[in-house]
Amino acid sequence: MDVTLKVWRQDGPEAPGRFETYEATDISDHMSFLEMCDIVNEKLVERGIEPFSIDSDCREGICGMCGIMINGHPHGDQLGTATCQLHMRKFSDGDEIVLEPWKATGFPVIRDLVVDRSSFDRIIEAGGYITVPTGSAPDANMVPVPKAVADVAFDAAACIGCGACVAACPNSAAQLFTSAKLAQLNMVPQGQPERYDRVVAMVDTMEEFFGSCTNHGECEAACPKSITIDFIAMMNKDYIKAKFKNRRLLGQKA
Amino acid sequence: MSNIVLDAKVPEGPLEEKWSNARFDLKLVNPANKRKYEILIIGSGLAGASAAATLGELGYNVTMITYHDSPRRAHSIAAQGGINAAKNYHNDGDSIFRLFYDTIKGGDYRSREANVYRLAEVSNEIIDQTAAQGVPYGREYGGLLDNRSFGGAQVSRTFYSRGATGQQLLLGAYQAMARQIELGKVKLYNRMEMLDVVVHEGRAVGVVARDLITGEIRSFSGHAVVLATGGYANAYYLSTMAMMCNGTAVWRAHKHGALFANPSFTQIHPTAIPASEEFQSKLTLMSESLRNDGRIWVPKDKNETRSPDQIPEAERDYFLERRYPAFGNLVPRDVASRAAKVMFDEGYGVGPLKNGVYLDFAEAIGRLGKDVIEQRYGNLFEMYERITDENPYKVPMRIYPAPHYTMGGLWVDYHLMTTIPGLYAIGEANFSDHGGNRLGASALMQGLADGYFVLPNTIGDYLSDQLGTDPIPTDHAAFKTGEKAVKDQIDELIAINGTRSPDYFHRELGKVMIAEVGMARNEDGLKRAISEIRRLRDEFHKDVKVTGSNESFNQTLEKAGRVADFLELAELMAIDALNRRESCGGHFREESRTPEGEALRDDENYAYVAAWEFNGVGEEPTLHKEQLVFENVELAQRSYK
Repeated sequence: MDVTLKVWRQDGPEAPGRFETYEATDISDHMSFLEMCDIVNEKLVERGIEPFSIDSDCREGICGMCGIMINGHPHGDQLGTATCQLHMRKFSDGDEIVLEPWKATGFPVIRDLVVDRSSFDRIIEAGGYITVPTGSAPDANMVPVPKAVADVAFDAAACIGCGACVAACPNSAAQLFTSAKLAQLNMVPQGQPERYDRVVAMVDTMEEFFGSCTNHGECEAACPKSITIDFIAMMNKDYIKAKFKNRRLLGQKA
Repeated sequence: MSNIVLDAKVPEGPLEEKWSNARFDLKLVNPANKRKYEILIIGSGLAGASAAATLGELGYNVTMITYHDSPRRAHSIAAQGGINAAKNYHNDGDSIFRLFYDTIKGGDYRSREANVYRLAEVSNEIIDQTAAQGVPYGREYGGLLDNRSFGGAQVSRTFYSRGATGQQLLLGAYQAMARQIELGKVKLYNRMEMLDVVVHEGRAVGVVARDLITGEIRSFSGHAVVLATGGYANAYYLSTMAMMCNGTAVWRAHKHGALFANPSFTQIHPTAIPASEEFQSKLTLMSESLRNDGRIWVPKDKNETRSPDQIPEAERDYFLERRYPAFGNLVPRDVASRAAKVMFDEGYGVGPLKNGVYLDFAEAIGRLGKDVIEQRYGNLFEMYERITDENPYKVPMRIYPAPHYTMGGLWVDYHLMTTIPGLYAIGEANFSDHGGNRLGASALMQGLADGYFVLPNTIGDYLSDQLGTDPIPTDHAAFKTGEKAVKDQIDELIAINGTRSPDYFHRELGKVMIAEVGMARNEDGLKRAISEIRRLRDEFHKDVKVTGSNESFNQTLEKAGRVADFLELAELMAIDALNRRESCGGHFREESRTPEGEALRDDENYAYVAAWEFNGVGEEPTLHKEQLVFENVELAQRSYK
C-alpha cells in the first residue's frame, strides 16, 4: 500500500514547528507502523535529508519509549496498543496519516516527535518505592499477599510510563500514571508503612508538572496497557485520608 | 600489554565457603568514608540500577549515566518468563547445589565454578529483596509465591510476574535507585551516551560521554567505573534485543585493554516469532515459559498443506519429545534451537517462508481449560496475535530461533573487575556465569546478583586503597585526550558523506553473522565471515551517510557510531568461533559432533575461557587462556535424553 505522512518537524524546544509531507510507498501489511517510519527515514537519509526524530526501543510494547499522536490519538486508535505494536494492516492504501508529538507542558518537545518525559521520573523519585535497603528483607514467604491483591497490584504495575494518559487528557493531567504506581505499592502489605506519606509526596510532585484531573476518562481509553481509572479514585481517597491520618497510630489495625 | 596474567582471584576454601571467606577477606571501606568516593555506573538495567541503588544506600556517591530518556527503559524490561532461585518452596528436591549444578551443566562446563556457586547462593536473597520491594510476583491462593519450570531444569524454581517479570524487577530496582536520587546519593544523567573509558596510569578514572540532546562531549570522573551496558546480540541486526542495544561501551573498553571473553558465545533462543520480510526491524520473543504447556512439532510430510489443527496426531513429529524424552519440550535453549534448525534444513519448516515450527497449546487447553492458559500466558498470546494476526488459542503458534543473549562479554575476575583496574563489568556485559549457554530465567538472576549483592561487597576492596585521593579533575589531559578522540570519530563519520544509511550496513552485517556465525559454524564459513566483515567495514568508512550535525539531537549519528563498533566486534566474534574447534553450548562447530549429530565438547583442549586482547582494528588479537578447573562437578557430555 501507499500512504502519505504528515509529520510534525521541530528543530528544538524553542524552535517553531511545521508539518512536512512524506510519501511511504510499497508498504506491506505485515509491517509495523515504526518499520514503515524506518523505511521513510532511511530513504530521507540516503537523499541527504535529516530524518524525523522518533523514539522507540524494545518494539514489543513494554519499554514505554515510543509514543506519538497518530491521527490525533495517542498511539493511534487501536485499543490497548503502543505505537510499536501497531501494524500497517490497520491502515488502508491512500491513507493520510498525521504524526505529532505528545502535546503537554509537562513533556517539552526535544525534537520533532521526541519529548522529554523526565517529569515522570521526578514523581517516582518523590515516593514511588518501598524503602527496603538491600539485604534487609525477610524471607519472601514471610509476608503472604492474597492472590486477588497480587493480581490487581500487577494490573496497576503493568504501566509502561509512556505518557499517553497525559497526551490524551484535555488538562494534560498525569493522574493515571501516578495512581497506577501508587495503587501497586499501596495495596500490598509491604507498602503500608509508607502509604500515606507516599501518596502526598507523589501527588504534590505530580501537580508541579501537570494539570488537574476532571474525570474525562480519556486516559483509560488511550492507555496501551488498559489501566483502569479506578486507581485514580483510590489515589484520591488515600490522599484525603492522608491529610487526617495520625502517622503514629499506623501500627494499629483500623 | 602481552604480559597480562589472568588472575581470577577465586577465594580459598571449599566451594560453599568461598563467598563468605571472600567477604571476610576483602578490605572494607568504613561507613563514614564511603561518602568520599565517586562511582560511575553506565547503564540502568537490572545490574546497573540495582548496583546504583545499593551503592547509594551504602553511602557512596554514584553517577548513573544512561542513554535512555528514563532509566526504566533499559532492555531488562522486556524479559518475560521469570527469575530462578533455589528456594525449594515446591519441595521438589531443589537446593543451592542443584541450581549451581544445573547452571554449570546448562552452560556446558565453560563457566567458573566459584562464580556460579555464588550466583546460586545469592539467588534466594534476590527473591526476598524483590518481594519486599513490592514486586507483584505470581502467587498461590494462600498468598505464597508460585513457581514454574524452565528449560534445563527438572524442578520448579522460576518466580514470575505473569509474562513481564523483567519489567517488574527492573521497576523495583529503578524505584530503589529513584529513592537514592531523591536522597542525593545517586546523580542521574539521562539521554547521555558513554563513548569512551578514560584510563590514566593504568586505572580506569572516568568516561567520556555525549549529551544526546545538545551533542556536548563531556567527561565524568570517579574512583571506579562500572559498565552495566548489556549484551551485543544486535551484531546480528535481527535479534530480540531493543533497537538501541549495542556493544559500544564494552568494545571501547576492550580497545583500552579490557580483555573480551568468549565473544562467540551467543544464545539463539528457540521461541521467537519468525521473520516475515526484509524490512523487519527486530524479532519478538515468545517466553520460554510457553514450553511448560506448549508442545513443539512439525508435520511428518514436508509438503503438508493442511491447516495445523486439521493434521492428525499420527502425522505429526513432536521432535523434541522424540529425541529428548527425559526433558522433552523443556530442553535447554541451544538444544531446542538446533533441533529446530535440523527440521528446517531438512525441509520440514512451516509457514509461508517454511521458517517456523509449531508450538501447540491444544493439548494443554484441553487438559486445563482456556481460562488457565489465558491466566498463565494471556499477554504473550495477545502479543502474538497482534504481530501475526493469528489466534494461538485456535491455531498453533509458529516460532523460530532468534539471537537473544550474549554469554560472552568483558573478562572479569571473581570481584567482577575487568583487566583494567577500577573498571568493573556487571550483568550481561560480563562473561562470567553462563558459560556456553544461559539457562532460561538466569539472566535476571545474574543481573540482580551482580548489582544488589556481589559488586557492593567486592568494590570496597579496590576503593579502600584509594582513600584520601580525589578523582582526577575532568580538565586533566587524560580527559581532554579522550574527549578529542570521541570528537574526532564523530567528525570523521559525518565527513564521509557517502550514499548508504547506517541501517543498511547494519542489515548487511546481520546477514553475514546469522549465516556464518549463527546456530551452526564451520571453518570455511567463519573465514568467509571474517573477510566479509572486513570488506563491509571498509565500505562503511567510505560510503556511510550521516545527516545533520553533532550539535543537535541526531539519531542517525548515534546509530552510525554503534554500527561502526559492531563492524569491529563482529570480527572478534568470528575469530573466537574459529579458534574454538569444539561444540559447546550455543557454539556449534559442525566439525565437532557425536555420531548422532549432537554437540561434542573437547574438554582436553578447550576447557578454558578465551580472553582476547585488542591489538588494533583488523589486527590479529592475542589469545589469553583462563583454564577452567572443575573440582565439584564431573565433566560429562551433556545429555537431556
